[in-house]
Amino acid sequence: MLPFTFERAHTVSEALAASAAAAPTPPTSAAFQFIAGGTNMVDYMRLGVARPSRIVDINQIDERSLHLIELGEPQIRLGALVSMSEVEDNAEIGRRCPMLTESLRLAASRQIRNMATLGGNILQRTRCEYFREISWPCNKRNPGSGCSAMEGANRQHAILGVSDACIATYHGDFAQALIALDASVEIAGKAGTRSIRLAELHRQPGNSPDVETNLHQGELITAIILDVPEWATRSKYLKVRDRESYAFALASTAVALDLAGDRVRDVRIGLGGVATVPWRALAAEDTLKDQVFSEALAYKAADAAFSDAKPRQHNAFKVELGKRTLVRALMEVREMKA
Amino acid sequence: MTGTISVATAIPIVGASAPNNQPTPLTRGGGVPVSMHINDHSYQFNVDPRTSLLDLLRDHAGLTGTKKGCDHGQCGACTVLTNGKRTLSCMSFAAMNDGREITTIEGLASGDGNLHPMQQAFIDQDAFQCGYCTPGQIMSGVACVREGHAQNDAEIRDYMSGNICRCAAYPNIVAAVKQARDEMEKA
Repeated sequence: MLPFTFERAHTVSEALAASAAAAPTPPTSAAFQFIAGGTNMVDYMRLGVARPSRIVDINQIDERSLHLIELGEPQIRLGALVSMSEVEDNAEIGRRCPMLTESLRLAASRQIRNMATLGGNILQRTRCEYFREISWPCNKRNPGSGCSAMEGANRQHAILGVSDACIATYHGDFAQALIALDASVEIAGKAGTRSIRLAELHRQPGNSPDVETNLHQGELITAIILDVPEWATRSKYLKVRDRESYAFALASTAVALDLAGDRVRDVRIGLGGVATVPWRALAAEDTLKDQVFSEALAYKAADAAFSDAKPRQHNAFKVELGKRTLVRALMEVREMKA
Repeated sequence: MTGTISVATAIPIVGASAPNNQPTPLTRGGGVPVSMHINDHSYQFNVDPRTSLLDLLRDHAGLTGTKKGCDHGQCGACTVLTNGKRTLSCMSFAAMNDGREITTIEGLASGDGNLHPMQQAFIDQDAFQCGYCTPGQIMSGVACVREGHAQNDAEIRDYMSGNICRCAAYPNIVAAVKQARDEMEKA
């Protein structure tokens, strides 16, 4: 690991002041990084993928709002420094929105969930093995060097949101439940506080896979804000993977369903394991809305969700697996008591 | 809180870290001052920022019970309790743990000569072979029970899935967690 200086920020202002002094660099090769739980950052630093020369620890920021779960009706505000396990254990959230709880419980391991913060979790970087191993060409790590996954071992890679430069999967689970609910992210920067939709936070790879988010240099996520409708009690996070636990998704889905009898009043769908960014399946939602629910309709929605899929040699199975995962989740959610 | 280092502590490789004494830094360049309580002793260190909590425990505090299995947060052998919650000590820089309470396998037994119920259960249920994952399994198991996540076999397997055992002692680990759970709930 390359040497770095280590400092602790005790307030948001201190954190922002520290980052303001940093020279602008593309985020993936940023010389300056915040660190919270460390479960992603320490890993990438040890691999030599992330090489910051300056780290600012934000765990001791004393503004309470970053450490709180605030439960309103319908709005829930989650501080960015709240741990994954704290939200996982929150019974009220589990009652109001099971897919939020499950998207946390099925992620990583309990040890990691105790350490990892919500802000860090949604910013997690890809597990693409070529990205993680610095001897391979990688357009995300080293723009213009090429993508080793395109013609390589790409079983885990994405089929949605891909480009000719990069097919790395966004592996996070929590963000799928969040994006299904059209969550927002509150951001502190030197120009003040701003709020953007989570759907606007992550960038698809396009021509610049090294630019992963629309955060400006030195900005700090302070909270995640979501409106949880009453009918979100009928929701689920289904995760399909090689093992029953402690593995990333091959395909996953966060589904919330608002049924009036047999008719779909509203539906929200997030797809994990198959896309380069957190993925809201709007075409699938549109297929379902105002229709009478049936398995056939669920398959029609799944077809719509994956109609633009671009499979490679080893991940083509994800098209069918992704569809069936969505259908199964819809069928199971339909059986839930409202 | 301060006192003699327990007999079980090995001689530290890096400087002397007796409670409240400054260790001798062996790293070139600046170090970060870090204070923490480890197993009810106060420690003060001055370390290279790259030092993981795991390396601090093993090489600076001389507590080699916590093991380095993968150093990438994937095996759980390095599991300790941080402020009472189970964490992976390899995935945290030592400097991030300033002011925290760390419990390692060495700090689990009550000091009256008896093993912690989880340690005893691992012996009774033959829940280890090579023993390398074992300190991490035990720490994780203690936390699993305290979290209330040891209600049944399926839940134990799910909530212990962050600890890998290449000797595949899993069935006996599950049995040990259940035995310890029953003991711990009596207390």
